Amino acid sequence: MPAAGFLFSKKEWLYFTILAALLLVVMPLAVDVFRLNLIGKYLTYAFVAIGLVLLWGGGGILSLGQGIFFGLGGYCMAMFLKLEASTPAATKIQSTPGIPDFMDWNQITALPSWWQPFYSLTFTIVAIILVPSFFAFVIGAAMFKRRVGGVYFAIITQAVAAILTILIIGQQGYTGGVNGITDLRTLHGWDIRTDSAKLILYFVNALLLIGVLLLAQSVRISKFGRLLIAMRDREDRVRFSGYDVANFKIFIFCLAAAISAIGGAMFTLQVGFMSPSFVGIVPSIEMVIFAAVGGRLSLFGAIYGALLVNAAKTTFSESFPELWLFAMGGLFIAVVMAFPFGLAGVVKDHVEPFFAKALARFSKPSPEPQPQAAE
Amino acid sequence: MQVNEQLSKDFILSIDSLTVSFDGFKAVNDLSLYVDENEIRVIIGPNGAGKTTVLDLICGRTKATSGSIRFDGLELTKMREHEIVHAGVGRKFQNPSIYEDLTVFENLELSFPKGRSVFGALTFRRDREVIERVEEVAEMIFLKDHLHTDAAILSHGQKQWLEIGMLLIQKPRLLMLDEPVAGMSVAERIKTAELLNTITRNQSVIVIEHDMKFVEDIAHRVTVLHQGKVLSEGSMERVKHDPRVVEVYLGH
Amino acid sequence: MIGDYTYSEFFSILAMQGFAGLILFSVFVLMALGLAIIFGQMGVINMAHGEFMILGAYVTYLCSTLVTTYLPAFFPYYFFLAMALAFVASFSLGVLVEWVLIRHLYRRPLDTLLATWGLSLVLQQFYRSVFGAREVGVTLPDWMMGSVSVSETIEVPLNGLFVMALTMIIALGVYFIMYRSSWGKRVRAVVQNRVMAGAVGINTKMVDRMTFGLGCGIAGIAGSAFTMIGSTGPTAGQLYIVDTFLVVVFGGAGSLIGTIASAFTISQAQSTMEFFLSGSMAKVLTLLTVVGILMLRPQGLFSLNIRR
Ligand SMILES: Nc1ncnc2c1ncn2[C@@H]1O[C@H](COP(=O)(O)OP(=O)(O)OP(=O)(O)O)[C@@H](O)[C@H]1O
Ligand SMILES: [Mg+2]
Repeated sequence: MPAAGFLFSKKEWLYFTILAALLLVVMPLAVDVFRLNLIGKYLTYAFVAIGLVLLWGGGGILSLGQGIFFGLGGYCMAMFLKLEASTPAATKIQSTPGIPDFMDWNQITALPSWWQPFYSLTFTIVAIILVPSFFAFVIGAAMFKRRVGGVYFAIITQAVAAILTILIIGQQGYTGGVNGITDLRTLHGWDIRTDSAKLILYFVNALLLIGVLLLAQSVRISKFGRLLIAMRDREDRVRFSGYDVANFKIFIFCLAAAISAIGGAMFTLQVGFMSPSFVGIVPSIEMVIFAAVGGRLSLFGAIYGALLVNAAKTTFSESFPELWLFAMGGLFIAVVMAFPFGLAGVVKDHVEPFFAKALARFSKPSPEPQPQAAE
Repeated sequence: MQVNEQLSKDFILSIDSLTVSFDGFKAVNDLSLYVDENEIRVIIGPNGAGKTTVLDLICGRTKATSGSIRFDGLELTKMREHEIVHAGVGRKFQNPSIYEDLTVFENLELSFPKGRSVFGALTFRRDREVIERVEEVAEMIFLKDHLHTDAAILSHGQKQWLEIGMLLIQKPRLLMLDEPVAGMSVAERIKTAELLNTITRNQSVIVIEHDMKFVEDIAHRVTVLHQGKVLSEGSMERVKHDPRVVEVYLGH
Repeated sequence: MIGDYTYSEFFSILAMQGFAGLILFSVFVLMALGLAIIFGQMGVINMAHGEFMILGAYVTYLCSTLVTTYLPAFFPYYFFLAMALAFVASFSLGVLVEWVLIRHLYRRPLDTLLATWGLSLVLQQFYRSVFGAREVGVTLPDWMMGSVSVSETIEVPLNGLFVMALTMIIALGVYFIMYRSSWGKRVRAVVQNRVMAGAVGINTKMVDRMTFGLGCGIAGIAGSAFTMIGSTGPTAGQLYIVDTFLVVVFGGAGSLIGTIASAFTISQAQSTMEFFLSGSMAKVLTLLTVVGILMLRPQGLFSLNIRR
């Protein structure tokens, strides 16, 4: 348990510094804006992965529907941007100017009332957090109050993801259907498609991610975090120590949802569209593998896992598309069978002892030979 | 009704004609039981007599089919589990039930009755009061030197103590222990009996136990359950010589 | 008159819709039976169940092509051979998978879920590499084509009838294996008390392996039957996995009757609603209702009361 030190232990502060340097200095210097934008996109998945570390690693609650929240956050953002892109002037060739193009294509002649509030950026930002949290609250309250957990929870969240996808695709007049909401241009007049905008958005995204990481860590080291572990082990003992277990699960589910939604909104901003292909069953379960590869117990791992798996996915599907599914499938199996603690586990078991040994050799004459071992 | 209310004033716990039926099988059948303030009550009885089920009913883990359980003026059958705990009922499970991934200190800290809401848990601080109380309880349960040991590597007996400690730290008014000395060595049993005798200065205890030596060491009064009903009740001496008890339980 | 329809037209539409629902019901039952055995009896979530089904479909497809080329005389009857082979193929793969993966994960249901999802991806890509990304269909023998007219306006396709008959036979077969054979008794013994069953001399590992194999084998037959009413592609299995799980969970894990009842309810609800709403909305509403009911009654429609 990382008890010593503020927020992190000494060793973790080192990891944190490495991560922050990597995201904020090394990456922006090492790659061009196009690649950086791609990395920024991968990092939006890291939000979801962090949520999953809290939820699944911390609390043992596996949600196979995190795409729901990523998607809801992304769609909220996309609705705002779409409305801004659909001024009467820009859409004057439509039969009803001033509404999003896909609505016009679907013979809708007036903006639906629930789209109206998304003209306001403030409302949109609030909605990005609150809409997914509310969804999570409803699902969570229904399930956890009735003590549904484990595989049942996993299957139900998966079903909800499926339902939402079908709904979005089916209601294309209101949602843009299978193509999603595309052709997004400006945020309060600021063109998000330019290189400079992409650079700025990358940094905003990276800083938000670091902020979320710190937030997640503060939850984990609080008594709440220890209670989650306790609940994972012995739910009944926690309940009969006077805690309303369901409330804790609902809260962490909502928190994970809100975090994922931030990722979704940043995805829309950086990639320029949102579609149901980030909501459904397949993307949702892929998000689990990001956390699993990084190590389901490690917040840092979540970020590296999201980066690595997505980078691998891009490389593979560019050069050997037919191998990608084999690799992905193999990854699922390997991570479960051979590396249940993912990269973080490998680092802890192999890399850290190696450095500890090396360090010990260097500092032999000093009176305190193994500062690492104090952790 | 009025009469019942009067009655229950004198007892910390009064169970009246409690019945629970699982698909027609009555595990507890029209049972009545009264426990005094600061009393150690031991419940004995053959396997499957319904002892654990009675505790399940009191602490809200199982919902009663009919009957009432009054504790300190509250009707427990209508309350949720954590509310019952807040009312002052603590319960130890039959198998040691502790958080193996956490240290002894953390196990006790999580049981400390502060910060029990979501917000409370997020803002909980490990202040002097908490640390002192944890150390005090650790001392009582003989684990003072193991505060920072992972609970997973404690011996079986130490785990049982830890769970008792996790209840003590809540200062419950009624403590319920399901087979607390099962799997303990003789020395550990003696220490546990001492522990129980010291703590009842300010709380009532219900203990389920099969070990007769231990029962004799601690019991103020003994209740014998059989097929969900009270078969006999009274001092150990009396119960021991009750022919019906000898027949169904002590005989073999 | 109802809307634009006369009563007789309305009635026949309802009847046809009901029949479409029955076919959907058969497909659900076929898929869900295998899953219900594996999930209900072993508590294992097999996300690759759809791919085992598709394996059966591809085996049937292979049979149909081979028989047309080399043994045209046998063609009218090839379907029975194909089903047997489909069972054998899926059963064997199931046993292999149990041995390599599942048996290491019995205490970790969530991990099983992830590992079998990985397996499903691998199988999908394997099918795509071998059979191509396009959907393939089998040629039906003549006697399965066409339809019988029940009345002037109601026509019932023969292949649909055949699938329904097959479903009934398989469901009965499963019932006998699980509840009337000594092997089924052993399976249930292991479910109720693994340690005790082992102690009285039941080879629990073998029972696990065979149960898993049987569930997969039934999926193979389901896939085979599936080719009669639709075409097969590498990812077809994935489309159904969530529906099938909902069917099983909704019915109450561990209850065969529950599975069948829930398959019936869900399929009829969906096909009836399809008459009034668009296909996707019908599906959304059906699934939402099922999820809603599951939230109220998580143990499903039919369930055993087991002490936690
Ligand atoms: N939730 C339940 N569902 C069905 N039957 C139950 C349930 N809980 C308890 N029983 C049954 O009630 C009876 C009493 O069980 P209980 O555990 O209370 O006995 P016990 O006296 O504690 O026995 P032991 O000394 O073995 O601990 C048993 O036959 C048990 O199988
Ligand atoms: Mg008991």
